[in-house]
Amino acid sequence: MSSAPAAAPDLLLDAASVRKEFGGLVASNDVDFRIERGSIVSLIGPNGAGKTTFFNMLTGVYTPTSGSIVFDGIDITGKPPHAITKLGIGRTFQNIRLFPQMTAVENVLVGMHARLHGGIFGSIVRTPRVRKEEREARERARELLRYSGLKSRHGEYASSLPYGDQRRLEVARALATEPKLLLLDEPTAGMNPQETVAFIDFVSRLRDERALTILLIEHDMKVVMGVSERVTVLEYGEKIAEGTPHDVQSDDRVIEAYLGKGATTH
Amino acid sequence: MKLPTRMKGSGPDRHPGESSPGTGGSRLPPQLTQAWNTIPEPFRGWLLPLGFVALAFLYPQYQESLPGAFPGVGTAVIMIVFTMMAVGLNIVVGYAGLLDLGYVAFYATGAYTAGWFASLQFEQVSFHLGSVGISQDAVGIHLSVWLILLIAGSLTALAGILIGLPTLRLRGDYLAIVTLGFGEIIPQVVRNGDNIFGFDLTHGTFGISPIDSPGFGETGAAIGLPESFQQSFEREQWFYWTAVALLLFTLFCSIRLRDSRLGRAWIAIREDETAAAAMGIPLMRTKTWAYAIGAFFGGVAGAYYATFKSGAFPSDFFFNISIFLLCMVILGGMGSVWGVVLGGLILSYLDQEGLAKLGNSFSEVIGKQIDVPKYNFGVYGLIIVLMMLFRPTGLIPERRRKKELAEGVHDETFYDEAA
Repeated sequence: MSSAPAAAPDLLLDAASVRKEFGGLVASNDVDFRIERGSIVSLIGPNGAGKTTFFNMLTGVYTPTSGSIVFDGIDITGKPPHAITKLGIGRTFQNIRLFPQMTAVENVLVGMHARLHGGIFGSIVRTPRVRKEEREARERARELLRYSGLKSRHGEYASSLPYGDQRRLEVARALATEPKLLLLDEPTAGMNPQETVAFIDFVSRLRDERALTILLIEHDMKVVMGVSERVTVLEYGEKIAEGTPHDVQSDDRVIEAYLGKGATTH
Repeated sequence: MKLPTRMKGSGPDRHPGESSPGTGGSRLPPQLTQAWNTIPEPFRGWLLPLGFVALAFLYPQYQESLPGAFPGVGTAVIMIVFTMMAVGLNIVVGYAGLLDLGYVAFYATGAYTAGWFASLQFEQVSFHLGSVGISQDAVGIHLSVWLILLIAGSLTALAGILIGLPTLRLRGDYLAIVTLGFGEIIPQVVRNGDNIFGFDLTHGTFGISPIDSPGFGETGAAIGLPESFQQSFEREQWFYWTAVALLLFTLFCSIRLRDSRLGRAWIAIREDETAAAAMGIPLMRTKTWAYAIGAFFGGVAGAYYATFKSGAFPSDFFFNISIFLLCMVILGGMGSVWGVVLGGLILSYLDQEGLAKLGNSFSEVIGKQIDVPKYNFGVYGLIIVLMMLFRPTGLIPERRRKKELAEGVHDETFYDEAA
């Protein structure tokens, strides 16, 4: 690139030529991807573009075939998911993956696992320290649930909550891991337009109030345009465009990817 | 027209069956209800468990006045030992959802630890530490049995970790098969361990016998406690009381762990491994802990049983014990501590005495001699099949499981484990 910018951007995540092959299929083709601290960015693309694969590499579910991922100055390439979570990447899943037979509070408490210290001996004896930690964790869990919009029903099993609440619970659980970077995988899937608007509003609130950096995955373009500062578009595992929502929206290759060849000529 | 979309929901987050006996006491005579209300609130919850514990401890006192179908005190010791193992296995299978078909390996490890540290086995040395009921110049290692229970638990936990490290990376069926293999390997090692490069570790098919007895030694004898259980006139009683105490300890640890950070992590792994890892739970370490703790109790139970029988024999550690223990867990209700206790007591009773007694009365009725205990595994199989048909969640289901089996679970594999 040409001369360096005046102030180097404060990068929270820097993924360089990340590649993932499944047999002969290249699900992620040397993708470069950066996230600036404190921003809301989106990764979009048609179905099967490799968004979730990329997500799974960031969170350690998949190990990249090649390339490197640096998070907050630490190389996390190939680290196991729990280690990455501990470093500060929290996530939700595209098809909600709560612990169905645990209560809402318990789900959030599981999210705090890496931040709590109660050991085996302490748990059996219930030392004052462990008692205190548990009590405070429960309090914090309820706070997080309320913050995420679950007003009541904290003691109900996750599986018996309505769909929208399950989505909220997943966010609360991800917040409980105390992330610096929150990854939301198609969080508005299955929501009606009003719910979507409310959720997007919640996402920007999260960033402002909790000093989070947020990465959204969406395949619905309209959803991300209002909220994100930068948008990256993937298609067939390749990055085809990147920039502000406005730039991306008018990019010929993006329009082609979404609407098919010929759409650009009109 | 508007229809109510949800019928239930805003109910309190209490679970059914948790209501205190005082509230549902309309059918009780008023005097009883009144008596109940005089008990201070914090003690009410303790009353029932305390009653059970008292009944259990006093069993040798009133056992003889009970009908003949009730187990003898000696049988009760064995029942409790097996129940303890089932509670240990429940940590692995019920809490963490790891299907372990080789639990007998832990039982064997515990029993042989007792054999090594409290018998004439290692005649090359002579070492005594707090042993009772044995002459001070006897050869071999003789540690206090109380100490050995701890050592056996720790060694077995270590064995659990060693077995766990290579196997716990596997999921579901694969894990079951590998544990099955380990369950077979250990008895074979034991059977053939009488000549390891000329060293006799296990005394082969003869097993290690006799094994020292637990007891309170001369200091205990001074205050009226038996010096050595085996030489006491109340041998069975003392073994029984100790067994109850050990089971209570196991239950206490098991329940406390279930309700802890670690217990939540186990259940999370059972529910959805991928999500659990994404929440910061280290899968390998957490599963290994489940294995180690489950193994610990198996080891203690095995060692205690060995001192009760005063021997550890390779023929005791067949594969069918693993399955038998698993049946106890399934019958009682996976993950449910009290269910597993019930399941363990029922099946081990049937195994020790129940089937024979049942067979005798059955034979009397039909006037023809039938050897029912011979068909024991047929009977257990039938019990499990009937359970699966009519009460798949077990006798006392874990409240979580109840829903799970009603609704089904989703757990697709998600990791690229091959990569």
